[in-house]
Amino acid sequence: MIAFILRRLAVAIPTLLVLVIISFILMKLAPGNPFIGEKTVPQAVLDNIYARYGLDKPEWQQLLEYVYNVVFRFDFGPSFQYRDRTVNDIIAQGFPVTFTYGAWAFLVATLVGVALGVVAAVRQNSWLDYLSVGFTVGAQVIPNFVMAPILVLVFTLWLRWLPGGGWNNGNWTNVIMPVIALATSYLASIARITRSSMLEVLGSNYIRTARAKGLPNWQVIFGHALRPALLPVVSYLGPVFVGMVTGSVVIDLYFSTGGIGQAFVNSALNRDYSTILGITILLGALTIAANLVVDILYAWIDPKIQL
Amino acid sequence: MLADRRIDTLAGAKAAPVVVVATKGRSLWMDAGRRFMRNRAALISLIVLLAVVVFTIVGPLLARWSIEKIDWSVMGAVLTKGNPSIATGHYFGTDEVGRDLYSRVIQGTQISLLVGIVGSLIAVLVGTIYGAIAGYFGGRLDSVMMRLVDIIYSIPYMFILILLLIIFGRSFIMLFVGIGLVSWLGMSRVVRGQTMTLRNREFVEAAVATGSKPLAVIFRHIVPNLLGIVVIYATLLIPEMILLESFISFLGLGVQEPNTSLGALISEGARTMQYGTIWQLAFPLAFFVVILFTFFFVGDGLRDALDPKDR
Repeated sequence: MIAFILRRLAVAIPTLLVLVIISFILMKLAPGNPFIGEKTVPQAVLDNIYARYGLDKPEWQQLLEYVYNVVFRFDFGPSFQYRDRTVNDIIAQGFPVTFTYGAWAFLVATLVGVALGVVAAVRQNSWLDYLSVGFTVGAQVIPNFVMAPILVLVFTLWLRWLPGGGWNNGNWTNVIMPVIALATSYLASIARITRSSMLEVLGSNYIRTARAKGLPNWQVIFGHALRPALLPVVSYLGPVFVGMVTGSVVIDLYFSTGGIGQAFVNSALNRDYSTILGITILLGALTIAANLVVDILYAWIDPKIQL
Repeated sequence: MLADRRIDTLAGAKAAPVVVVATKGRSLWMDAGRRFMRNRAALISLIVLLAVVVFTIVGPLLARWSIEKIDWSVMGAVLTKGNPSIATGHYFGTDEVGRDLYSRVIQGTQISLLVGIVGSLIAVLVGTIYGAIAGYFGGRLDSVMMRLVDIIYSIPYMFILILLLIIFGRSFIMLFVGIGLVSWLGMSRVVRGQTMTLRNREFVEAAVATGSKPLAVIFRHIVPNLLGIVVIYATLLIPEMILLESFISFLGLGVQEPNTSLGALISEGARTMQYGTIWQLAFPLAFFVVILFTFFFVGDGLRDALDPKDR
């Protein structure tokens, strides 16, 4: 187990470094910099500014210092745009919001998706099955940026039940639409994967044996069939996580929830390079960590993998 | 001496079936075609998809407005005068500033399809060659090549893509570069896996034994046998690429005005629907959903047709 985790870490850490270096180089390649505006600033002032942000040193040294600060002090440096705020401040403000609706969406997509898939498989060819297959086929092609406007149209403009945006300190009426918009297409995919893998497992010999022993139906399903049927679902959780992190940009923009996606787009449009870099690295690290967790989970569930 | 006799018997064995083959054989592709035709959902999807493609070609002939011409008569009164109507020539209505939505939806559909197909083609070219080489040679080369894919795969590429588009400016070329950077990864994995199973087959052994160079074996013998799985995967990749482009366009980082894509149109429509101009969302959304749906079903149908035992 430990060896397995170490082996996976041996891939994860270089990945993260590659991500940092690529982002850093891209940032340096950008023409101009945020401090040269329309007004001509005396060279002496510019020099002072560059010294303050450490831009007067050679680039490789900047990169090394940046990596050192991020890794050992968890410090992403000052924001280039807002003189009185650091990138850490900006992240600390947006992250809890994103985390709240992101975690809910992940839970909803996984739990409801699996439940729907299992029900559809167990009651194959019933109206429940057809309903769930119909829903999953439809919902799968509706991405979050289409789901969000439709939800607002129905629940805000027509029914007037829910506010069309804002965060309001995480009031449930503000959270519910972002969660649904973010979760739906993944929920559908998970339900579809669960259904087909559950059907395959239910048709296997050892399930027939379990039934022949006279086990009650629920015990066959939850005790014997569910665990192996979940394997493909677990391996899909990595992409789900990545998709949700990416989707949070859309959610933040559309619902004005003020999460980390909004900070990313704002800083992107303002050329606030240090913030872009910080957010990219943070989300990259989270993604890599999530993939690691998924891999470990997979190895733990799959009886064929010996750790 | 012994070898000669073996060749003789081989030749004899080969000569015998030639007589039998007088009845018309069915190729893999003909079989697949039959199976595809029997799949009603896939067949209908293919027809609808072709209809959409024909519409994007023929449609502009019927348009009375160009994509960027502003109809001043609806300016400021889009809700009452800009609605879909045959009389004004705006079959799909106008957008918020009075441009003809019919022409814009057609152009958006063209661009979305183009992005999907180009992205998928890049994936086919790069992914097939990369995956086939890694899978065929195996060993250390394989592990280095696939580790690289793993690394690129676990980077949240959307953020890198956004970074690219902001830093180097928004342009078609940058968009295709960005999409091309990531689209081939999945394909290379699929192809590598398939190549590894093909590598040990007799016909590859035979090709090696007759002295073919490794690259010749890959391109003459392995790649043609990968075609089925590549076609399936490429078809399923097209809607993914369309989604990716729409996502970028939705953020306002895709194609530049006055050009447009379905994602950009959906984004505009979503912003203005609260004023009651629902058609600005409905038409691009309908085209978008239809295209994605049909591609998914066609891809599914191809998988069932070409790879029946996979299910």
